[in-house]
Amino acid sequence: MGLLAMFRSKPTSASIAKERLRIIVAQERGGRGGPDYLPLLRRELLQVIHKYVNVDPEAVQINLEREAGHEVLEFSVALPEKPGA
Amino acid sequence: MTEIIVVTSGKGGVGKTTTSASLACGLARRGKRVAVIDFDIGLRNLDLIMGCERRVVYDFVNVINGECVLKQALIKDKRLETLHVLAASQTRDKDALTEEGVRRVLDELIAEEFDYIICDSPAGIEKGAHLAMYFADRAVVVVNPEVSSVRDSDRILGLLASKTHRSANGNGGVKEHLLLTRYNPRRVANGEMLSVGDIKEILGLDVIGVIPESPDVLAASNAGVPVILNDDSDAASAYDDAVARLLGEELPLRFLEEPKRGFFARVFGG
Repeated sequence: MGLLAMFRSKPTSASIAKERLRIIVAQERGGRGGPDYLPLLRRELLQVIHKYVNVDPEAVQINLEREAGHEVLEFSVALPEKPGA
Repeated sequence: MTEIIVVTSGKGGVGKTTTSASLACGLARRGKRVAVIDFDIGLRNLDLIMGCERRVVYDFVNVINGECVLKQALIKDKRLETLHVLAASQTRDKDALTEEGVRRVLDELIAEEFDYIICDSPAGIEKGAHLAMYFADRAVVVVNPEVSSVRDSDRILGLLASKTHRSANGNGGVKEHLLLTRYNPRRVANGEMLSVGDIKEILGLDVIGVIPESPDVLAASNAGVPVILNDDSDAASAYDDAVARLLGEELPLRFLEEPKRGFFARVFGG
């Protein structure tokens, strides 16, 4: 079974679990320690942007970075390509 | 010097109480003076796993409220002379535990020169879990090789790094270890279960023990004899290794591979 498994093209359920966990843990660690209003801020900003541009929720990134003595809230939106451009 | 160790996990049912009981017994068997405290107020269970449920007269909350002295509430283990159990209260009052009360009890145990205080945390991230970890010097995070348990463990690691006495006072933080339970080497080999390596990589933490899935664990809880005391069990040997590592010994992890089956077993199955 062990040998056969190596040649199977389908990823194992354990490797799927690992990949999902890697992503969610990284994402949750990123938001940790930030102010509690961050998720709400993200959602509201997204709503405002949506009024003007139809962006994918995944395309909005908020990062909080701490440097010596101050914090930087970085906000980036990837705009969709213009249709027909 | 007393060391306070919290056994925690976030998720319920992963083996915190089983682990607390076995680590406490293992340390006591090596001659350490150990007190193991059940922080699961309202859902007392450590007493059952330790087999002293009929000897609980006073509990943790009684001591905090000054309804008895600590000595009256500490249950001396009948098997290991240096081991003591402090049972959780059955009260439904959520505010029975206070930071000040817990601090007083721990300080008294420290003054009594216990070597180790094991805090058996309740599941979740509410008050009981918070107070179980708050004064800890070390944390043993119990995790099953399963997605929700791994994710919850990471959440707990975040709390250990920010919501503890050590983190608040800049004492170098709580030393954290992972302890895997219900590990099934056969399923890992078949790609059906996360491996030790996977979990180490995802959580970025050292592993202090891997306890193989074993029928002996249920048998131990049925009998009220912590599994580490079963001399014929792989789970017991794995827990004993974890105790040795807690004490600073460097041992390779065992029971990570399926035991080799004999020729006849392979041919005829079973």
